[in-house]
Amino acid sequence: MIQEPVKEGYAVSDAPILSIRGLCKSFGGFHAVKDVDVDFQRGQIHALIGPNGAGKSTFFSLLSKFHEPTSGTISLAGQDITRTRPEKVVRMGMVRSFQISAVFPEMTVFENVRVALQRRTGRDIQFWCGLGLLDGLRDEAMYLLDRVGIADLADKRAADLSYGRKRTLEIATTLALDPKVILLDEPMAGMAVEDIGMVSALIKEISHDRTTLMVEHNLNVVEDLCDTATVLARGEIVAKGTFSEIRNDSEVRRAYIGTDYD
Amino acid sequence: MSNTTTHIPGPTQSLPSARALKLVAFAVLAVALLIAPAVLYPVFLMKILCFALFASALNLLLGYTGLLSFGHATFFGGGAYFTAYCVKALEVGPLTGILIGVAGAAVLGLAIGVIAIRRQGIYFAMTTLALSQLAYFCFLRAPFTNAEDGIQNVPRGTLFGVIDLTDHVTMYFFVLTVFAIGMFAIWRIVTSPFGEVVKAIRENEQRAISLGYNVNRYKLSVFTVSAALAGLAGSTKALVFQIATLTDVSWQMSGEAILMALLGGLGTLTGPSVGATVIVTMQNYLAATSVPVNVVIGVVFVISVLLFRKGIVGVFQRFSKAP
Ligand SMILES: Nc1ncnc2c1ncn2[C@@H]1O[C@H](COP(=O)(O)OP(=O)(O)O)[C@@H](O)[C@H]1O
Ligand SMILES: [Mg+2]
Repeated sequence: MIQEPVKEGYAVSDAPILSIRGLCKSFGGFHAVKDVDVDFQRGQIHALIGPNGAGKSTFFSLLSKFHEPTSGTISLAGQDITRTRPEKVVRMGMVRSFQISAVFPEMTVFENVRVALQRRTGRDIQFWCGLGLLDGLRDEAMYLLDRVGIADLADKRAADLSYGRKRTLEIATTLALDPKVILLDEPMAGMAVEDIGMVSALIKEISHDRTTLMVEHNLNVVEDLCDTATVLARGEIVAKGTFSEIRNDSEVRRAYIGTDYD
Repeated sequence: MSNTTTHIPGPTQSLPSARALKLVAFAVLAVALLIAPAVLYPVFLMKILCFALFASALNLLLGYTGLLSFGHATFFGGGAYFTAYCVKALEVGPLTGILIGVAGAAVLGLAIGVIAIRRQGIYFAMTTLALSQLAYFCFLRAPFTNAEDGIQNVPRGTLFGVIDLTDHVTMYFFVLTVFAIGMFAIWRIVTSPFGEVVKAIRENEQRAISLGYNVNRYKLSVFTVSAALAGLAGSTKALVFQIATLTDVSWQMSGEAILMALLGGLGTLTGPSVGATVIVTMQNYLAATSVPVNVVIGVVFVISVLLFRKGIVGVFQRFSKAP
């Protein structure tokens, strides 16, 4: 039997890739995330759902270390990252996207992806060379753009893309880092209906050999894509399990009162 | 992953005609700079070159990295003081004097940068202003700067022991060489792989962090290089005018560089030099009249900000890009 090659830095085991214990974050006196204990298994797609203001984005910011936790611990593939700097966490293989689409607006679509490839290939500090040094990244950048279906827009300024296209560009940029864990914050919010199917399929495809955590409001998408769902309300976990396990949970129904899902 | 070689078209290169146009413009500019001292007063030209380099150094930080330093006079004036002192009191040659000035400005840049880059946005600008005011008082009190008098009668010296720089035209070509080296350094940095990352940080710092970049290291590097280049401009200026004074380290001097860069066009290679030329020319010609110079400069500045947001060079770029 052929073994799957061991990914660098990760021991092959059934231990969860992300393990969170007693995680809290307060802004002033306000508790945005309260005492969260949760594990995420590797190789799966995990949904994070909950009403607006539940603390989902804050939770992602804590995992990616853009916010310092008030208390609690986070470990990634067995390593404690509670005090690790955000760019170090990225280098360890966990990359986030932002709820508000984050591209480099004045750079072209192609340059957006290329700048993401630069660090991984060690072409990020050469101030004495011309851009010719980056020629070797062209094929991979174009391949990534093609993979998300925007290769024909390579020359456009990122600022000129539609909202949906910016989000797909962001996914291409994230993929350029070849992360082990991807955090996607509402990747389909504000997208046209016809794009949702496309992005949904894309997420499924890219998650094949990675772990994906995504905040998603569209419960049909969650049902279709995700292996597990964790429900957050007022900063606390109110339910977790498979989608069918949580869909009839009374806490979940209460948390989602006022939304159109039934 | 399959190895099928489906051809994906890459991004198109800039048109050859646009490249040719750039080369011609560059050649014309080079010739103009070489014959200029035959037409215009060399000291006036040297003043423009020094301020053009100063504004370009600031633009490397403000225009390309998105960091507004309100304290760049510390590096400009610091370079001037170090060079003036070394050349006059220690009797080193002009080249050694300039190198010491640049090194000193770089050290000051590193020290101020380390503190300032921990702050964001307006707090960054305020920190640089506060620290440069602190530096101002240090220069005022330091035993080697002669307080209000400054260091005067700085000898220009001889280059390599043979080229006498007291002659204005000879000095002009020396300053032009220094300017060219400084501009080459800036061009090299902004069109390098490193420069791409720096631009990404300017565009969206959070996203740059989430790509794994240690943005503070990049910011500090650019801050230090920018300070060193501002020092290069100041050191050269000290030799041209043979004086280093408190004016060079004052906050007004920092403001002037920002004004020049903004007026000419932030984030463009030539913009700050154009801005410096406009402002130095106005200062020179209006000084002889009864017109209040600062008011005129203020008005020109407000008009340019309202009419063309990307500075004078930005307007030209828009016209030249139009089909
Ligand atoms: N930087 C911050 N400072 C203060 N309050 C914040 C900050 N970020 C988020 N919050 C608050 O924390 C709560 C959770 O926000 P967020 O994580 O964005 O929710 P969600 O993504 O689930 O909609 C909200 O009430 C929000 O106002
Ligand atoms: Mg959110």
